[in-house]
Amino acid sequence: MSQHPLSRRVAIAGVGTTEFSKNSGRTEIRLAMEAVLAALADAGIDPSEVDGLSTYTMDNVPEREVFRLLGGKKLKFFSRIYEGGGAACAPILHGAMAIHSGVADVVVAYRAMNERSWYRFGSGVGGWEPGPMVESVHFGWYITHGLVSPASWIAMAARRYMHDFGVTSEDFGRIAVSARDFAATNPAAFFYQKPLSLEEHQKSRWIAEPLHLYDCCQESDGAVAIVMVSAERARSLKQKPVLVAGAAQGMADDQQMMTSFYRSDISALSEMKLVADQIYAMADLKPDDIQTAVLYDHFSPFVLPQLEVFGFCKRGEAKDFIRAGEHTRTGRLPVNTHGGQLGEAYIHGLNGVAEGVRQVRGSSVNQVKGAKNVIVSAGTGVPTSGLILTSE
Amino acid sequence: MSEPNAQVDAAIKGMVGTEYGRTYSWDPVNQPMIRQWCETMDNESPLYHDPEFARQSPHGGPVAPPTMLQVWVMAGLKNRLPPGSTTRSPFEAVEYLRANGFPSTVAVNSEQEYFRYLRPDESISFTAMLESVSDCKSTALGTGYFVTVLMTFLTATDEKVGTMRFRLFVYKAHKEFKPAAAAPADAPAKPSRPHPGISQDTQFFWDGLKQNKLLIQKCKGCGKLRHPPGPVCPHCHSFEWEALQASGRGTVHSFVVMHYPEVPGFPPENPVLLVELEEGTRLVAGLVGIKHADVKVGMPVRVEYQKVDDDLVVPVFRPV
Repeated sequence: MSQHPLSRRVAIAGVGTTEFSKNSGRTEIRLAMEAVLAALADAGIDPSEVDGLSTYTMDNVPEREVFRLLGGKKLKFFSRIYEGGGAACAPILHGAMAIHSGVADVVVAYRAMNERSWYRFGSGVGGWEPGPMVESVHFGWYITHGLVSPASWIAMAARRYMHDFGVTSEDFGRIAVSARDFAATNPAAFFYQKPLSLEEHQKSRWIAEPLHLYDCCQESDGAVAIVMVSAERARSLKQKPVLVAGAAQGMADDQQMMTSFYRSDISALSEMKLVADQIYAMADLKPDDIQTAVLYDHFSPFVLPQLEVFGFCKRGEAKDFIRAGEHTRTGRLPVNTHGGQLGEAYIHGLNGVAEGVRQVRGSSVNQVKGAKNVIVSAGTGVPTSGLILTSE
Repeated sequence: MSEPNAQVDAAIKGMVGTEYGRTYSWDPVNQPMIRQWCETMDNESPLYHDPEFARQSPHGGPVAPPTMLQVWVMAGLKNRLPPGSTTRSPFEAVEYLRANGFPSTVAVNSEQEYFRYLRPDESISFTAMLESVSDCKSTALGTGYFVTVLMTFLTATDEKVGTMRFRLFVYKAHKEFKPAAAAPADAPAKPSRPHPGISQDTQFFWDGLKQNKLLIQKCKGCGKLRHPPGPVCPHCHSFEWEALQASGRGTVHSFVVMHYPEVPGFPPENPVLLVELEEGTRLVAGLVGIKHADVKVGMPVRVEYQKVDDDLVVPVFRPV
């Protein structure tokens, strides 16, 4: 058993989600409150007990407003973590640290966005007056040449990965097809009962070559919330405790946000490798101990090198792993059993944490038999984070 | 976020399906117009220029380029319609929206379908139908409605010779448009490309490009090169640096062809390179001199300089 002081000390006790759609018809703060209250009800914890909140940047719902609407009186811990979807697993690390250190007792992580109906999340940057601020200078290296969108930045690394390892667009398609297969049997998924064929993937229009339309995740409206308490407390609550066995954040060599084009290997996901090494060490587990994984799929290509950094195959061999169908329903490691962000919804990764929890509880609609240890990862190509969730 | 106005919404939806009467053409299909149009469009096909060639073609005589379909019914510079034309504008939905809080219009796309070639002396007219109006949408430009008008083109004997589906976005801009300075009246409209944010740490790079020099930041402490530039060396933490002029030679490390969203000022299929310079640093830049389908990772390239406007010169690379 792990010697790490934080491993398995904190548990996820509740999960709440809204429906996922393209037009929620209500405000982001309302979505946040629906998810947070549903998660607390799922855990069997009174809203007045919440003394910690955590989310990550690009969410428009302030912690103070969630707390005010919870009717709270004492909020002792609130953290907003940088890097958008790269931080999707980080609130669980921050919540675990806050709870285990005694700073807070009940921490709720949340994500609530109308990123389809209120704005277009994937459309990219631009439209501002250029200035000397760090981000404006950073984007200047790309937007002046027309590389304005997340898809375009990921495509640069994807092309090099194809070149280095003989990976094809069909390999990326196999990720999307499997995700849509899981989504087709998940009533909560936007693409419920709508599977995708490899042929349809190949015929879909280019977004940023080599990325087809179906290599790109959705833009979704919806919210997810996750309730954390000490493992000890969780044992007396309504749900089977889901322990945080490993949790980590990572930045690595010459780190940029989606444009780490200047490091020696631009598709190696060295920040995710750092996360993988940390969570395996913290949890005292190895790749063979993992039964299913939720690997961040804002864009399908980066699922492949994630399989490599998490040790399910060697560098450059993810294509063989997926050509053998090991990531599908019948494979050795079913990946993104909720349908992923390609198939279920893009709630910036927190819906992936929710699916990890359901797999450990044994309550996923696409339940993997004997799922005990589940990996969840956050945004790729950006400063990132990851988790290993486990049952007792 | 502005809520859609229920009254406008209901009125505009109520117009869908409306059919509009006939709009006639000023002139029949004619050879002088065909010649001028072909010159403008760089169409040098002998079918449109050489009556003898046309006679011997499967058409058996002169025909007009199918893509001139709409040319024949255009209202002209004075925007006056030929006698007998309908007085009810086929674009009344657009006019209604403009008068009711959605003052801006942008053409989104136009799909034409041709059933046969038109011959000189045929008189063309068209009828129109308001085919659809979208829900109130929010786009990068603003909030408004996509309006699609279907135009059907007819001969004097009512034979259908083509259709055109014209889609416009009629919107209220997110923020008020403020022109930076009045452009000279004779200057062609030029979509502006995005400009970079420039700081004291990066000014030299962009200034260098204006003098047709590609510069790389070189640490004075340890001599290492770095790009993108920054205030301090990540290796030895010296704040002292100088600019080294790159040879401009490098190889394609990776590349992307940007299709969607289209970015103003760039072609619809925009190839963008990640170039590894022979000095060892990499940079993102445009591509010239080769079709994007022919680009390969590892291809040797050389820098050129593309002036965007008085404030911006960007590096582009050409295969060598």
